[in-house]
Amino acid sequence: MVSLLPLRLEGAALVRRGRTLVGPIDLDLPAGDVTAVIGPNGSGKTSLLRMMHGLQPARGRIRWSVPEAEARQRQAFVFQRPIVLRRSVAANLAYPLRLRGVPREEARARADEQARRFDLTTLLTQPAPSLSGGELQRLALARALITEPELLFADEPCAALDGRATRAVETHLARAASRTTLVLATHDMGQARRIATRVIFLLHGRVHETGPADAFFSDPQTEAARAFLRGDIVE
Amino acid sequence: MDDLLAGFAAAFRLIVTLDAELIEITLLSLRVTLTAVAIACLIGLPLGAWLAVRRFRFRRTVIATLNALIGLPPVVVGLVVYLMLSRSGPFGVLDLLFTPTAMIVAQVVIVTPLVASIAHQAMRELWAEYHDLLISMGASRWQRMATLILDGRRALLTAALAGFGRAIGEVGAIMIVGGNIDGATRVLTTAIALETGRGDFALALGLGIVLIALALIVSGASHWAMRTERHGRW
Ligand SMILES: Nc1ncnc2c1ncn2[C@@H]1O[C@H](COP(=O)(O)OP(=O)(O)OP(=O)(O)O)[C@@H](O)[C@H]1O
Ligand SMILES: [Mg+2]
Repeated sequence: MVSLLPLRLEGAALVRRGRTLVGPIDLDLPAGDVTAVIGPNGSGKTSLLRMMHGLQPARGRIRWSVPEAEARQRQAFVFQRPIVLRRSVAANLAYPLRLRGVPREEARARADEQARRFDLTTLLTQPAPSLSGGELQRLALARALITEPELLFADEPCAALDGRATRAVETHLARAASRTTLVLATHDMGQARRIATRVIFLLHGRVHETGPADAFFSDPQTEAARAFLRGDIVE
Repeated sequence: MDDLLAGFAAAFRLIVTLDAELIEITLLSLRVTLTAVAIACLIGLPLGAWLAVRRFRFRRTVIATLNALIGLPPVVVGLVVYLMLSRSGPFGVLDLLFTPTAMIVAQVVIVTPLVASIAHQAMRELWAEYHDLLISMGASRWQRMATLILDGRRALLTAALAGFGRAIGEVGAIMIVGGNIDGATRVLTTAIALETGRGDFALALGLGIVLIALALIVSGASHWAMRTERHGRW
């Protein structure tokens, strides 16, 4: 199978009512990395992820190495605010498989197995909308990974979680990273340090600095990145 | 007051004696209306879902038209269907005038816009909620519609019930295209109109009570079905 990646952005930009919200951005996303997309609130993290995933019509070029319809089937997205179907947890887990034509019984079995991995077994028959914030995040991640995507976008998957739940999600992400290229928007620098191999630092909708995570955290090249890592307000 | 009491007495008598004519009329009412509502749902629910998930040029116009059609006076619908089905009309050869089928056709025309409009309203809200997820998962257009219809089934039941309520109580259109023929096209509403005209208020009221009971039973039964489903399926 031809790899989905690299994903190539050429002058990609998000423009609304004449105002450029994000971009233009030139970027290559190779296979295998865990990329942390960081930056202050409103710097364009969510928009960049949505644009790369093809959820947002954008200017410029966003190119996969396979046709777009196929590319969509091989990647997944975990939203900043989890979206669940008004169905049971089990049905939510099985849903992406059912969309791909996996028979009901098999989908059910794989959903059970995924629930076990993500500690959702006791919740399987619950209506998904009634779950707690942390449980919702876990369900969204488990559902996104059930199709074993080559590429996973996760938009602040730990934003609503306490320390223990955050660790649990990070463990799942780290495990997934052996098979899946990860793009992770986060404002948790500890998290970015722990799991990222590459960093994209956004400011005002533009890529301000990018590079290997080690280098970025130990020796940021720009004044804004240094200030951001110190926890100062970045203008 | 006496009329009202006599009405209840008549209704009671008709029901406990399982009056043959009452049963025939009631069954025909149910048959015509349930068939019409079923057809209206087959058209209206997918139409509502489709309007929710598809962006196209005249979408707003279609929705506005749909909403305007809800206000269509049933008598006028009856008249138009009558003209279509009459001997000299375009569908005259089918010989459908004054049959239950003609009544079903008229009711489908009356009820479909209502069902589609309520369905669209509900589907639109659900689509706003699901949009990013379904696009992200690469659901096809049919899969999107199926998901909306399945997950919005409670709201869609409301649409169907509204359609049923409108159809079962409708009299103008089916009077015109059905003709209120005894033993052939007489239903509860047309029978009530007839008995009231004749001055037999007791019988008219009796039929009216049966009509109301019917509406209550159907809506109660479907709500009950949804309740048990909610407890079972989740
Ligand atoms: N569809 C849209 N229409 C108008 N403005 C938008 C739209 N989407 C995003 N924006 C704006 O673009 C900017 C970037 O938003 P975005 O959600 O990408 O930021 P973010 O980095 O994810 O922020 P946060 O850390 O708060 O999640 C914001 O100013 C936002 O208001
Ligand atoms: Mg965001």
